[in-house]
Amino acid sequence: MISINNISKSFSDRVILNNISFTINKGEKIAIIGESGIGKSVLLKNIIGLLSPDEGNVIIDGQDINEITFKKLQKVRSKFGMVFQFGALFDSMTVSENIGLALQKLTNCDRLEINDRILKSLSEVNMGGAEEKMPSELSGGMKKRVGIARAIALNPEYILYDEPTTGLDPIMTDSINRLINKFHSKGMVTSVLVTHEMKTVRDVSDRVLMLYKGNIQFDGSTEEFLSSTDPRVMAFLNGDSTYKE
Amino acid sequence: MKNIIIYPLSYLVSLFEHIGKYFDLMFKVLRSFATWHLYMGFLPEHMVKLGVSTIPIVIVTGLFSGMVTSVQTGYQLESGFIPDSYVGGIVGVTVLMELSPMITALVMTGRVGASIAAEIGTMRVSEQIDALETLSFDPISFLIMPRVVSGAIMFPVMIVIADFFGILGGYLAATVSLGISPYDYVYGLRDWFVPWDAIFGVIKAFSFGLAITSIGCYFGFYTVGGAEGVGKSTTQTVVVSCITIVILDYLLAAILL
Repeated sequence: MISINNISKSFSDRVILNNISFTINKGEKIAIIGESGIGKSVLLKNIIGLLSPDEGNVIIDGQDINEITFKKLQKVRSKFGMVFQFGALFDSMTVSENIGLALQKLTNCDRLEINDRILKSLSEVNMGGAEEKMPSELSGGMKKRVGIARAIALNPEYILYDEPTTGLDPIMTDSINRLINKFHSKGMVTSVLVTHEMKTVRDVSDRVLMLYKGNIQFDGSTEEFLSSTDPRVMAFLNGDSTYKE
Repeated sequence: MKNIIIYPLSYLVSLFEHIGKYFDLMFKVLRSFATWHLYMGFLPEHMVKLGVSTIPIVIVTGLFSGMVTSVQTGYQLESGFIPDSYVGGIVGVTVLMELSPMITALVMTGRVGASIAAEIGTMRVSEQIDALETLSFDPISFLIMPRVVSGAIMFPVMIVIADFFGILGGYLAATVSLGISPYDYVYGLRDWFVPWDAIFGVIKAFSFGLAITSIGCYFGFYTVGGAEGVGKSTTQTVVVSCITIVILDYLLAAILL
């Protein structure tokens, strides 16, 4: 379980997150939505400890990740897989090396087992045959797929997706959405998605958390979100830029 | 008027901020030696990248710095009262103690320091360093430590190569341009040679290697922004490394000689 308790985060004088609290239960598929620059990715990075909150804390399975040692934090992080907006694949490594890097370090598997897991992860995301390709040879959608393969290779308990479908064509968006659902239903994985794609919210999430001006504007099920009468939620849903408070 | 006071002050504050952050990072690099066995596998790759692939540049700069020293020494000593063998002696001492470590370090700043800053800076802005952390890697042990260690090992090797080609260049220029006999050149070289001069050059190379690679890693690691940020980090690396090399050069001479 992930528990976010009263976290605040500012950059210079700009308040990004203002005393935010919520809990993510095991097995949930939660979409964190909101306008661009509202702090969705900042919140995601706080969850995995890439950023530390100015106030408040993040508890993962009973451990306050802002108080534990780096070694313990690494152990907590091994429960996570994270998919980055632009893949964040290591430029100097092939696709298989990108996936195998963490397997070599974090598992006791021998070379053959690692190769098997790399091939399995790649075939899960329909990228079989791309093992020896370099990231520069891949399209945006392919990079995201490989990013997903890297995230799932370690069989994580939590998968964090940072804008997994942004900038992709509708077909590729649908394909990524299906992949997210597939991994979720396969194991007891908790999925946290940062997105502003309404199709992804509809197709994937079972809970929606909307951020607005550093606070939580909405937290409820996807059905409740889609039928919400809150004017700010409606403006976001309908893409209405004329809405004023 | 206010700006005249505030600008230098804010510059000073930012300078001390950089120095503090740099030493903090270096302390973390030292601490990361505890897990060296996990990351030392990457060392040969970096040694090839930082050292072996730069050998052609080192040969060219070493050769020509020796040649120009030889020609200029010959020009200064053309009175005829000073023996020809002095050319070999002066070239040897100058190349071993100053020219070879200094010129090679300045060239390496552009070749190695800038490339480290650009590579790590690009990894920072494209979230690759974040990805490493999420995969439970320590980016300092993974990215910085092997590069700094490679620099400290390979720079002295590069300097020894530059020394050899510097002396060879001096020999070629002395015998071809100045008409000095090979015997006189070699006699002067051997007569003036003190082993400490060569050791001093290697100690300088070791220090320059540490400085150039660690400064490149520092600016790359703390890159902010996109492509502009990477460009800024690369420029800062070259400028700060050059200044550091000149200061280190003086300090080492003052302390060790």
